[in-house]
Amino acid sequence: MSDAHLLVLSPYIALAATAVVVMLTTAFYHRHLLLAGLTATGLAATFACVLVAGAEDRRATALLRMNDVSLYFIGLLVVVALAVVALSYGYLGRTERRFGDFYTLLTLGALGGAVLAASAHFASLFLGLEVLSVSLYGLIAYPRRRPQAVEAAFKYLVLAAVTSAMLLFGMALVYAVSGTMLLDKVASAGAGLAGWEAAAYKAGLALVFAGVGFKLALVPFHMWTPDVYQGGPAPVIAFLAAASKAAVFVVLLQSLAPLDPQRGGVLVVVLSVVAYASMLAGNLLALFQQNLKRLLAYSSIAQLGYLVVAVVSSGAAGGARGAGTVAVAFYLTIYALALLAAFGVIAVLAHAEGEPEALSQYRGLGHRRPALALVLSVSLLSLAGMPLTAGFIGKFFIFRAGAGAAQWGLLVVFALTSAMSLYYYLRVIITMYRLEVAPYAAALATSPGGMSAGRRAADRVAVAALVLLTASTLLLGVYPPVLLRLIEHAASVFR
Amino acid sequence: MSLVFLLAIPFAGGIVAWVAARWSAAACRWVALASAVAGLGLAVGLWAQHYHMWGAAVPSRSIYVEPVPFFSELDVPWIPQAGIRLHLAADGLSLVMLMLTFVIVAVAVLASWRGVRRRAGLFHFMLLWAAASLAGVFMAFDLFLFYFFFELMLIPFFLLVVLWGHEGRRRAAIKFFIYTQAGGLLMLISIVGLYFIHGRQTGTYTFDYLQLVNSGISGWTGRLLMLGFFAAFAVKLPAVPLHGWLPDAHSQANTAGSVLLAGLLIKVGAYGFLRFLIPLFPQAASDIRYIAMGLGVAGILYGAVMAFSQTDLKRMVAYTSVSHMGFVLLGVFAWNQIALQGVILQIVCHAFSTGGLFILAGVLEERLGTRDIGGMGGLWARLSTLGGFGMFLVMAALGLPGLGNFVAESLILLGTFSVSRPAAIVGSLGLIVSTIYALWLVQRVFHGPGGESKPGTPARLAPREILMFVVAIVVLLWLGLYPQTLIRTTDAATGSLLRTAPAMQSPEPGSSATEAQP
Repeated sequence: MSDAHLLVLSPYIALAATAVVVMLTTAFYHRHLLLAGLTATGLAATFACVLVAGAEDRRATALLRMNDVSLYFIGLLVVVALAVVALSYGYLGRTERRFGDFYTLLTLGALGGAVLAASAHFASLFLGLEVLSVSLYGLIAYPRRRPQAVEAAFKYLVLAAVTSAMLLFGMALVYAVSGTMLLDKVASAGAGLAGWEAAAYKAGLALVFAGVGFKLALVPFHMWTPDVYQGGPAPVIAFLAAASKAAVFVVLLQSLAPLDPQRGGVLVVVLSVVAYASMLAGNLLALFQQNLKRLLAYSSIAQLGYLVVAVVSSGAAGGARGAGTVAVAFYLTIYALALLAAFGVIAVLAHAEGEPEALSQYRGLGHRRPALALVLSVSLLSLAGMPLTAGFIGKFFIFRAGAGAAQWGLLVVFALTSAMSLYYYLRVIITMYRLEVAPYAAALATSPGGMSAGRRAADRVAVAALVLLTASTLLLGVYPPVLLRLIEHAASVFR
Repeated sequence: MSLVFLLAIPFAGGIVAWVAARWSAAACRWVALASAVAGLGLAVGLWAQHYHMWGAAVPSRSIYVEPVPFFSELDVPWIPQAGIRLHLAADGLSLVMLMLTFVIVAVAVLASWRGVRRRAGLFHFMLLWAAASLAGVFMAFDLFLFYFFFELMLIPFFLLVVLWGHEGRRRAAIKFFIYTQAGGLLMLISIVGLYFIHGRQTGTYTFDYLQLVNSGISGWTGRLLMLGFFAAFAVKLPAVPLHGWLPDAHSQANTAGSVLLAGLLIKVGAYGFLRFLIPLFPQAASDIRYIAMGLGVAGILYGAVMAFSQTDLKRMVAYTSVSHMGFVLLGVFAWNQIALQGVILQIVCHAFSTGGLFILAGVLEERLGTRDIGGMGGLWARLSTLGGFGMFLVMAALGLPGLGNFVAESLILLGTFSVSRPAAIVGSLGLIVSTIYALWLVQRVFHGPGGESKPGTPARLAPREILMFVVAIVVLLWLGLYPQTLIRTTDAATGSLLRTAPAMQSPEPGSSATEAQP
């Protein structure tokens, strides 16, 4: 192992070190500010490592492939984790008395995600997935006196364990017949197989896909999403929705893209069906949802469906070459920004007893906490794909990728369902600007005065983070090249 | 950079108005009014500055090449990764639309001066952002940029209807939303399709209007792409089978919302036909020319007949819009100099005559507490000033000679005559039907025995209200007596548009529009 390897792996070293330092500190000084500060510093250091790592496409180890795409997503994960720290600081201060393990688990989760983002091998894929999932069990159940949170964590634990087993079994099958565990070889390894070997290979791939599909909450595997989103603490769900999905999606992208429509065959069909189903089911189920967290859960199912459209289109030739990859990377980023902001607002509004979930509790929020209402409005409009927000540009890029690959059927459903989605996003916004004020929102106006100085500061940190997220959503909606240039450069590895 | 300011003023003004409302509602109104007037001043300044160019002879073979009065002020890469440019430009047509936008928005601010008391900040924010996106639509010369503003418009208009509308506002707003969004998405598919087809043919992937104009895509591909645009603009205009949203949205919005919808939003459809649909797909457009003209005639008659049978004053005015926009569709597809001049005149005059009628309905509703025509009656005796204004606006709407609408509709019919005589003949029946409903309206509302006013409302009109009517009357009279001002401004622009679509060319009834004016 040379210095260059160390440099490439430095983000992992920094993340792991942060987790250890935070864990040790917890044992001796249980100060919230100190722990959160340490975590934030560690994450910032990791981000700096990502910047200097500047990798070419090389195998850092047999398990990890560090290229610009994986580095981009590791950077994204770290930024998401930082935002989650900023949101959790106030949230935990209001609802919990123990803090240390939360930040350790969060850092470990980011580490798992980072491993996933660069995994080149079944072993690292499984390792990353498990590190990520196990920390998420702990994070979701963190408010352990809240029965809903524990229930959500158990639901997630049981289903995730089952799908992990399926994933392992699928990997074993594929390895048994093809003799390879390298992700970029797996896709083409089935070529020479026949008879029962071909069947085993296909069954193995299907099981692996089921495992990945579960993490992404794509449609046949989406059942857990609304319950977990509803029960889990808002900042954790923001991490789950933004970071863990992004990390798993990169695996899909790295192992499939560019997906050749001719050679892809069955895979294209399977992915298309999943995309159709996710877009339709997610949007239809969200239409009449009265619970904001469940609404966001269904909407995230639909959003992942849109992303699969871009993966299906990633092999297009001509002017759209690489457009699918660019679309995925851009959309995942803005999706993360929007979901972080939306769950962030819920987290800021939460108090010790629970979080505001029912839509009716948001009535009049626009008059009581205008900044928060604006943040939520912008992030919902971004998810809906309205101009001036990044969502519009993101959807357009998916649209362009799809049109370049001539996936007209998917595009029509994409267009129609995203038109439909505006209905439920706008309903939330209208509710917030209704004239009558719900008791919940009315209580908010008085509480800032009654808060202690420390809590007010924590509240301000969270609001500042939210404003930053919203500002980047708007910036990317008005001038996307700031990010696109980076993504185009990263995506050129797939050409 | 003036065109950038035309965008920046309403965007910034909207934010300032929203913030200002935290201190006082009056401040917010004044900010909104000031931004609209500033935008208007800038647009008029641009128009005056280029006045010498408007009447200039146009080089006969040029399509949007200097020295045509067309100034492209900003053309910088926006998202170079996808060939998208920030291309703002204006010709005479755009400038007319821009001036119209800011006048109507200023009037809308005045119209809501007393009516909108709660959430005034948000209201004026929405009003000005609607104005900004409209201004963007009229200046965008990049198809993606155009679509950007086209979609951006939707949210302010939706919220204006749903948050400040009348009793049935939710249903109306959702209907409006679904119609326009469906049309917009079909257009998006067409835009992206055009982008790829043009890119594969030429090797440059671009959304730039000037490069895509007269793309030469014909056959079924061209027709399908054209239909995407047609759906979007026909919903906005509205053309007859797609007009379902309009009566509901117009009658359920508050006064300012109705004025904005009738004065500006539906004009986007007309502008889209003129600027985008026919120049981009001349061949495909000429294939459906007679169908579209048939739809226009159907709209004229259907709207007029439906207007006659309404009992709700705002709903009735809304149906007259359907009728008047039928003339626009007819004129656009006639596609010669005279008809296009008539279309532009119709766009402007309809905005003022119908906008004025919506304000009248708002003033009446404030004083009588009803929009039911049956519950009015005898207003002339009680509110004689209002009666005078109302009479004038109704006469304008029915196309009385001497007022702008008459010039517009006769030019359209004149232009249509050389292309399709049946369409011109049947279309002119619309003038008769509109006389019937207009006189019927005057009789029911202003004559006859009077009802009761709502207690405590002033019988006299406030200066603010008089100002709004006077603006409408002055514009209508001016354009009726001296339409040359407008014709001169748009002459070169329509000439350029005509040359983009040789497939649509037809024999001109006169040598130029200037000779045919009354």
